Amino acid sequence: MEKILFGDNQFFAINHISDEKSRAQSIKFKDDKSIIKTLDYAMEANINTFMCTTHDRISKICDSIRENPIKYQNFKIYPCLPYAHKYANAVTELGLTNSLKQFVPGNFMGSMFKGGLAFLGKDYIAIMELLIDAELKIFEKIDTPVIFLQNVVTDLLLGLGMDEILLAFHNYIATKYGVEAGFITMNMPKLLDTLERVGIKNPIICSSINKLGFRMAGGRACYEDVLNEKQFRAIAMQVLAAGAIPPQEAIEYVCSLPNIQSILFGASSKANIIQTTTLIHQFHETNEVFQNVNKKNTESSKVVLTS
Amino acid sequence: MLKAGIVGLGKMGISHAAILGAHPLVDLVSVCDTSSLVLNAFKKYSRVNPYDDFNKMLSKEQLDLVVIATPTKHHYNMTKTAFDRNINVFCEKPFSLSTTEGTELVEIARQRSLVNQVGYHNHFIGTFREVKNLLDNNVIGEIVHFNGEAYGPVVTREKGSTWRSKPSEGGGCMLDYASHLINLIQEIVGRPVKVNGVLLKSIYSGGVDDAVYTLLTLDNSISGTMLVNWSDETYRKMSTSVTLLGKKGKIICDATEIKIFLKEPNKDQKLDKGWNIKYITDYSPVVNYHLRGEEYSAQIDYFIQNIINNQQGTLNTFEQGLYTDKVIEMIYNYDKAN
Repeated sequence: MEKILFGDNQFFAINHISDEKSRAQSIKFKDDKSIIKTLDYAMEANINTFMCTTHDRISKICDSIRENPIKYQNFKIYPCLPYAHKYANAVTELGLTNSLKQFVPGNFMGSMFKGGLAFLGKDYIAIMELLIDAELKIFEKIDTPVIFLQNVVTDLLLGLGMDEILLAFHNYIATKYGVEAGFITMNMPKLLDTLERVGIKNPIICSSINKLGFRMAGGRACYEDVLNEKQFRAIAMQVLAAGAIPPQEAIEYVCSLPNIQSILFGASSKANIIQTTTLIHQFHETNEVFQNVNKKNTESSKVVLTS
Repeated sequence: MLKAGIVGLGKMGISHAAILGAHPLVDLVSVCDTSSLVLNAFKKYSRVNPYDDFNKMLSKEQLDLVVIATPTKHHYNMTKTAFDRNINVFCEKPFSLSTTEGTELVEIARQRSLVNQVGYHNHFIGTFREVKNLLDNNVIGEIVHFNGEAYGPVVTREKGSTWRSKPSEGGGCMLDYASHLINLIQEIVGRPVKVNGVLLKSIYSGGVDDAVYTLLTLDNSISGTMLVNWSDETYRKMSTSVTLLGKKGKIICDATEIKIFLKEPNKDQKLDKGWNIKYITDYSPVVNYHLRGEEYSAQIDYFIQNIINNQQGTLNTFEQGLYTDKVIEMIYNYDKAN
């Protein structure tokens, strides 16, 4: 995994501390060209991984990537699925069964053999696999070395104790797509315990990690202990706590922690992209612990990939 | 460990199940729903006992608490059944479809000293709590107007029909969206006692309101507006905000930030003259498990703590939920009469 990953929240009006900023972003990124232009700024700053949801508009971005193979030859996408609001709104409007029918392509109950059988037999893992396939269709022929389960679903399964489904997601991504599964969560320490228990070694976990302890269930100290003591590949997101921490202070804190393999951030302007990447490089290079742990993690991730 | 059960495994019920499942002081022992698709998932992948009959669940399991997250029309019967067995109840909003039934439940809870709470989760969002604190400290002086707004993209097309589009079952923008805002205003600004005007608009749903616009007067004589629309797709998800105009300043608050304008500085609250911006990051409650927002865990935690401490809560009681139902009734009655 690269040291810096570029996120997509800003493109879809997701701002965790200001509804007003959300609206401004929604206006700014009204057309796909403005998204592509911002991705260009990220690439100019040497960020070549885009971590994004399966929002409808991402399929247009994927088309553009496929149409320009030379420009995007080193470009990778880390898809995060499912795009939860799409399902939540559908369940509210249509009910559970009708929503499933809507999202699985083909005739869910009948002609699609696997789907029909899965539904009748209540084979949930097979239903999940169908939904994964449906969501990943838009990324065809694009390099997607890590595929993430979104936090709402990860955390829901975690709370319900449905560990088996978390493992099934991990295994399906590895066997069907030949890439690694990752998990996004707001409950990193609890999730890591669960993933270790079901036998997932050195998992990729993306979670909020910031100086304010914002969206870090269990508190900052608990996260720091886990980062110090356990073996996993951590991706830090919401490092700026949605803008509540000044960038320099925020990045300095995250770069001082051990075991952080990558930092995920999103930004709407060229200036903010440059500022954040410059800060990450600056604090990363001055922090020996960070570099050493990264080296260790890169080695162990190779083991996972070949095993 | 407290033994918990849940009835109604829709969006809120599933979310409560996960929160209770992760709670260190709770053992979620059973769930109940009519969908075999959902029940079988619990049977296959979790340790909880699934039931398709609420009475059977209550008679087989020795529950300390139950979360009722079924469509509103079932709240009364289910709560009463649980109370008969001395089980503490957390009931989803809106509380009840009939204020007569709601009044009876409030009375039973009082007589039996059972912990009771309604799921108006906005009260557990740090920014709204802080507005209450600012008003209690008279930061913007005498309030001359309030404006509560809630918008979101629930019904944006003319299709689909679930219980949410049937007012007789607790659907509609009034019961689903406006109830949140009424409850929030009622508890942080004042209780509505008079309706001065109502516009109920059906936009995409047949026979049910998609938008509610109303003018209200509160028990402290403050008056203001409430604007609610669940068919507005310029919002990604439900967005609730409250604006309060006072003689000494103004507060604009939503779930993510508070903007405070003051004519003069307030040293006690460390607020400057002019605009002060505060973010949710300063007010978020620390929770042990996070799903969709701290407020969902915080409200369940509050309910659990009240049971453990054997005390009645002061936030989101049945009585407060009932008052919201009364305001809804007042708005509907005004609309019918005019």
